[in-house]
Amino acid sequence: MSDQEYTPKSKAGKWFNDRLPLLTLGSHLSDYPTPKNLNYWWTFGGILTFCLLTQIITGIVLAMHYVAHADLAFASVEHIMRNVNYGWLIRYIHSNGASMFFLAVYIHIFRSMFYGSYKSPREVIWIIGLLIYLLMMATAFMGYVLPWGQMSFWGATVITSLFSAIPLIGESITTWLWGAYSVDNPTLNRFFSLHYLFPFLISGLVILHIWALHVPGNNNPIGIDLKKPSKDTVPFHPYITIKDAFALLLFMIIFSGFVFFSPNVLGHSDNYIPANPLVTPAHIVPEWYLLPFYAILRSVPDKLGGVILMFGSIFILFVLPWLDTSKVRSAVFRPMYRYFYWIFVIDVLLLGYMGAMPAEGIYLALARIGTIYYFLHFIVVLPVVGLLEKTDPVPMSISAPVLSSGADPALAKKDYDKI
Amino acid sequence: MIRFNSKRLIIVILTTLIFIKPLFSAESIDPIKVNWSFKELTGKFDRASLQRGFQVYKEVCASCHSMQYLSYRNLGEPGGPEFTLEEVKAIAASVEIEDGPDSQGEMFTRPGKPSDKFKSPYPNVEASTAANGGAYPPDMSVLVKARPGGADYMYSVLMGYEEPPAGMKLDDGVYYNKYMIGQKIKMASPLSEGIVEYSDGTEATMDQMAKDVTTFLAWAAEPELEERHRVGFKVIIYLMLLTILVYLSMKKIWSRVDSEI
Repeated sequence: MSDQEYTPKSKAGKWFNDRLPLLTLGSHLSDYPTPKNLNYWWTFGGILTFCLLTQIITGIVLAMHYVAHADLAFASVEHIMRNVNYGWLIRYIHSNGASMFFLAVYIHIFRSMFYGSYKSPREVIWIIGLLIYLLMMATAFMGYVLPWGQMSFWGATVITSLFSAIPLIGESITTWLWGAYSVDNPTLNRFFSLHYLFPFLISGLVILHIWALHVPGNNNPIGIDLKKPSKDTVPFHPYITIKDAFALLLFMIIFSGFVFFSPNVLGHSDNYIPANPLVTPAHIVPEWYLLPFYAILRSVPDKLGGVILMFGSIFILFVLPWLDTSKVRSAVFRPMYRYFYWIFVIDVLLLGYMGAMPAEGIYLALARIGTIYYFLHFIVVLPVVGLLEKTDPVPMSISAPVLSSGADPALAKKDYDKI
Repeated sequence: MIRFNSKRLIIVILTTLIFIKPLFSAESIDPIKVNWSFKELTGKFDRASLQRGFQVYKEVCASCHSMQYLSYRNLGEPGGPEFTLEEVKAIAASVEIEDGPDSQGEMFTRPGKPSDKFKSPYPNVEASTAANGGAYPPDMSVLVKARPGGADYMYSVLMGYEEPPAGMKLDDGVYYNKYMIGQKIKMASPLSEGIVEYSDGTEATMDQMAKDVTTFLAWAAEPELEERHRVGFKVIIYLMLLTILVYLSMKKIWSRVDSEI
């Protein structure tokens, strides 16, 4: 890479850069060679950075007015909504921002799965990404508890009680997590503390995620290795920055639609009822972005089994790079995998829907089928498809789709059009 | 090779889900749909209706239901009932507020001020529960946001009192209301023809009062609604214009490269 040769023009710049090469870093980020064929599914990295910053900034302001006490939390949220200048705007951006953050992260993850971005040499990027995702789920869960409404309280009770399924030490662990013998004021206090801490851990991991990305460079829709820099790449700035900005603005329009015109549609109305340990809501449901995992949890009749499967459904993603046996990255050239990819997407959507429904009758039956298929996809489908599948010919470069020997040029044209 | 149309499969699955849903949600009736003036994207509250609704709240609801997150000054703020400052002062002054302790350490009462919070009818939840046959009348500050059907549901419950169907036995102090989950409610029908005499001369029919007080409750839950809609339009128009500019810039920048954007 040309980073090493960068020298600042001004004397002061050179003086500083010799001591801390921040300008070199800036130049690297600006020149970073990026595949020129990235489609709009690749803009979600930038969108996610925006989401994280938005959550941190609005969150810091909210924390200036919020009171983390079981008797005062609900009232302090109403104080923010009514008496703080534009408090309603800040809070609605923060609460809808969590949903938008997850919407973006799911698109980002499914994009990675479609184009095989998790495969060698990008396994570490994938794993760091999953750690970010795990921390996001923990952060969002604890954030949902803070308004201390009915869903806050009972959601916290359900999720923390999962740990009591651990044999022998489960009860002690739950008490330790609560800081009491039930979800109570100490629980709220520590959740607030951790909810404030985790976004900064996420920020650190995001830096590692981008650092790890900049070692091999971006994957791309046709999933081939590129020579960098070359005719197949463009400098990050201005090409990718302007494209990311365009996509981000479209995203912000949708985001604004929620914030200004239906700010509560993604939440649950029960959370506007103050927490009451004596009254259990009819249906305890988590926020939409956790529903698929909630469905998996409830589809197992045994509590410990449910907890194991639920965590398993996330941890299995960590070994995804090694479960997928195909050498071809992009699903564009994997006709069989493409088919199963979409079944998997539908399976996750189905699980999400079942997570929102009561765990009984046909819902439970469908949730069980969905859960079994979820694991089959990783344990059976991916390894087997990779071995059986006859992939389509892969072009040698983006600019000039040259074929691997013996293939039909007409077919290459067809494949290129699909991208 | 299996030919597969993913879009078609998604459509099939979604339609199936839509059709199986109604089979399992028959426990309560859908609320009456009302064409509220504040429902649309540019929606505003009907000022006169808010003022009448406040009268219904003050004369009927407030004898049991608190509204602890509102202050009297809110009644005069833009986007609400917009009573004049004199009216707000008079409304606040009509209530005795406990204050103190004074320099002698004694609590005392004084007439309310616009900065005071709405006075609650009971000193605490236990007192209100005891006084209402074991059912706590919920605080009304965010009640509209705390029920799945929102304003439509509030209105429906107020209008939903009927004679119980034959064979249904109701305990003392329990009433039949077809829009409640389980069709039972511990609040007697709060409204009856002419229970309120509107100061603006509007005829106080059941329907009129139910609409007015629901409008008032919707405002109480979302006092920022009008400003939110107004700011939202500005923000989205701004973002759209910026999007067009950025799109044109993007087209120009990418025209240097032989690639689709």
